[in-house]
Amino acid sequence: MATAAITTERENYLNKEYGIRSWLLTTDHKRIALLYLASITFFFFIGGFFALLIRLELLTPAGDLVQADTYNKLFSMHGQVMIFFFLIPSIPAVLGNFLVPLMIGAKDLAFPRINLLSWYLYIIAGTIYLHCIVTGGVDTGWTFYTPFSTAFSNTRVIEAGISIFIAGFSSILTGLNFVVTIHRMRAPGMTWSRLPLFIWAMYATSIIQLLGTPVLAITLLLVVFERAFNLGIFDPTRGGDPLLFQHLFWFYSHPAVYIMILPAMAVESEVVACFTRKRIFGYNFVAMSSIAIAVFGFLVWAHHMFVAGISLYSALVFSILSYLVAVPSAIKVFNWTATMYKGSISFTTPMLYAFGFIGLFTMGGLTGLFLACLGIDVHVHDTYFVIAHFHYIMVGGAVMGYLGGLHFWWPKISGRMYPEAWGRLAALLVFVGFNLTFFPQFILGYMGMPRRYWQYPPEFQVLNVLSTAGSTILAIGYVLPMVYFLWSMRYGKIASDNPWGAAGLEWKTTSPPPTFNFDEEPEVTWEAYNYEQIPAPAEVNVER
Amino acid sequence: MLSDSPIAVEQHGPELLHHFVDAEQQRDAASLGMWLFLATEVMFFGGMFCAYLIYRYWYYNEFAAGSRSLDIWLGTINTAVLICSSLTVALGVRAAQMGKRKLLVILLLLTIVFGFAFLGIKGIEWYDKYKEHHIPGNSFNVDDLIKDYPQIHIDPRHEQIYFSLYFAMTGLHALHMIIGVGIFMFLTYYAWKGRYTPKYYTPVEMGGLYWHFVDIVWIYLFPLLYLIDRKPLR
Amino acid sequence: MSEHIMSSKFYYTIWIALLCLTVITAAVSFVDLGPLNTVVALVIATIKALLVVLFFMHVKYTSEKLTKIVIVSAIFWLFLLLALSMADYATRLLS
Repeated sequence: MATAAITTERENYLNKEYGIRSWLLTTDHKRIALLYLASITFFFFIGGFFALLIRLELLTPAGDLVQADTYNKLFSMHGQVMIFFFLIPSIPAVLGNFLVPLMIGAKDLAFPRINLLSWYLYIIAGTIYLHCIVTGGVDTGWTFYTPFSTAFSNTRVIEAGISIFIAGFSSILTGLNFVVTIHRMRAPGMTWSRLPLFIWAMYATSIIQLLGTPVLAITLLLVVFERAFNLGIFDPTRGGDPLLFQHLFWFYSHPAVYIMILPAMAVESEVVACFTRKRIFGYNFVAMSSIAIAVFGFLVWAHHMFVAGISLYSALVFSILSYLVAVPSAIKVFNWTATMYKGSISFTTPMLYAFGFIGLFTMGGLTGLFLACLGIDVHVHDTYFVIAHFHYIMVGGAVMGYLGGLHFWWPKISGRMYPEAWGRLAALLVFVGFNLTFFPQFILGYMGMPRRYWQYPPEFQVLNVLSTAGSTILAIGYVLPMVYFLWSMRYGKIASDNPWGAAGLEWKTTSPPPTFNFDEEPEVTWEAYNYEQIPAPAEVNVER
Repeated sequence: MLSDSPIAVEQHGPELLHHFVDAEQQRDAASLGMWLFLATEVMFFGGMFCAYLIYRYWYYNEFAAGSRSLDIWLGTINTAVLICSSLTVALGVRAAQMGKRKLLVILLLLTIVFGFAFLGIKGIEWYDKYKEHHIPGNSFNVDDLIKDYPQIHIDPRHEQIYFSLYFAMTGLHALHMIIGVGIFMFLTYYAWKGRYTPKYYTPVEMGGLYWHFVDIVWIYLFPLLYLIDRKPLR
Repeated sequence: MSEHIMSSKFYYTIWIALLCLTVITAAVSFVDLGPLNTVVALVIATIKALLVVLFFMHVKYTSEKLTKIVIVSAIFWLFLLLALSMADYATRLLS
């Protein structure tokens, strides 16, 4: 990352030390956040490249761009790269790492060296996965279902399994660091009820990372053992149960989707509060709903297995629980919306992403309820309906939350403003491109187009073409911020300490902050979101 | 949750890291961190316990027969070895608390010795399984078990699942023991160098927590793997 | 985090208890108690684990409630995994 662009004279975490060693051996949570930013952006484009090839193949009903086996690898690796190397780390490792100590008034995370280790584990895992890609890839689906992954696939399953195993430890250590930091290192006066809702949501995310990821780790390890040492744990010819793999896999992988969405909800609370200039409506409900999502999220995993052969009675139980898990999410949506009522709303780039998030996440969440209904799931399981559902949440929700957060805190991170007009344009392109890409997929799934298929009947072509067209617009929307963020580091307007007039301890220090975050340890005597005490800055247009 | 002690003006050793307010905060953070890590280990081993639970439910006879084929004496001795090692660890932490450097070093060394003893006995057991052709895979053969227990029906294919779990569970446990021995070697070195005092012995305490956890995993593995069904057969 | 130092005799007592329980659990496994064999074995194992957690790991004497919450949560989460998975297997034949 170029540090020469910063022209502020004051010493901050960016200009304190130069040189590659000072970055690769840093223990400063803010620098580690930027290391993560660079790496996950890289993997985002790798995953996006696979998506591009998938959408190109699906322009025509015939399988003509790639071979069937190759197509299997494309969707498998698209999923694994996007989930394990982009979405899971994204907000926690970039925004979480940067902001958690700042927001609670601490000098760093509890375990800075473990934080750096966490990044190196991610890099090692990523390197192994890249090697896996170039030496043949993986074709098991991102889900590694047995016995195909253990006995029949001829691709680099062991390598991919080990890579994701290591990435899991990166995730666990990040979660561990956050929980200890939030419990032990809050500044004087920063009680639990004064914490920004961002911290509550990151705390809940970390609980999931700690309790869920180890189960994925052991499951992947058992798959690797089975392939490498011919152990028979999932082998049906020896009496093994493929469904056991699925139970263990989804015990993590369902809560994993809450690892991906809770941080975006964290961002949402901060952005909505700032650009309506109001305390989040129902603070306690929003805080508790984060914890509820973390807990309930562990109770629903078998809804991925409704048609796989589980008992009807357990399917009923998991179906009911899946309806229940939507309630805390809905509570959040209601509270954000209620916050906006009679607020002073300004349509800045982060707020545009926030609006997009609420709408798209709600659509994704509601379609999840359709899937929780056993009767409907029988029809739409393994179709594009499911793909549309989870992309609405993971892309329309999580990625927009990530982008909104990056824009919101960019001044704090870099000391520069991004160009607002370009920001709004990119947000618009993302929104339009996203809907054009994925809304047709709801219809395709309902009409019966199966997922993971490389060819399809001709009647599905029009919707597929629309989807591919949308994906190109979406791609432009993603590339633009990369360009103007980089541009802003040299040419962007220099940011003040608090350009948005936002509440939160991070805005009480300089942009960018000094290495140890605060010149003096803060002492908190005010409630969170004390917007009645903070004047709106002139830069932000206030529209009623 | 912060300590009430004033900002440390008195001397603090080089062990106090600069992002902490005081030594108590640092110790509390380390403790919470280690307990959270142990919680992740519970879930890590827990996945295998889940597999065990389900397959024992399905294939009780094969699990019982496999269990009988393990040497109960070696298993019991190994359990005792680990219990002794937990004693030396607990006494070691106490020695550190009292500033008794030499005693601490001896106890840490004893712990390592017990750790190696456990691993050695485990190695012997695995070797026995190898000789008896009980390792899952192409040379797996349980004709001996079928012959020994004609009155219960044993499906050799399902028997492989028991032994797969046996090796996975004891193997990962042994890996954790090896890591534990490594950690204790570091602790012994630094203890001998005099790094641990009654004011600062957190690494010893944290290492101890890890070791005790590995002991607890074995406390459950022993009955689950060795004691499924030892009733005399009619 | 215990501040007061236990006597070494205390640790030896726990040690003896653990060894005795080990011998007992091995011996009882030879006695036919039907389905109770498993229950007894697990109960003894749990008592041993509790002795290690409460006394060797000092959890009984810590003033830190969070430690106990972490332990209980971990065990509860494992229980969730086991129970909800078994709920599927135990009810499959009923379908």
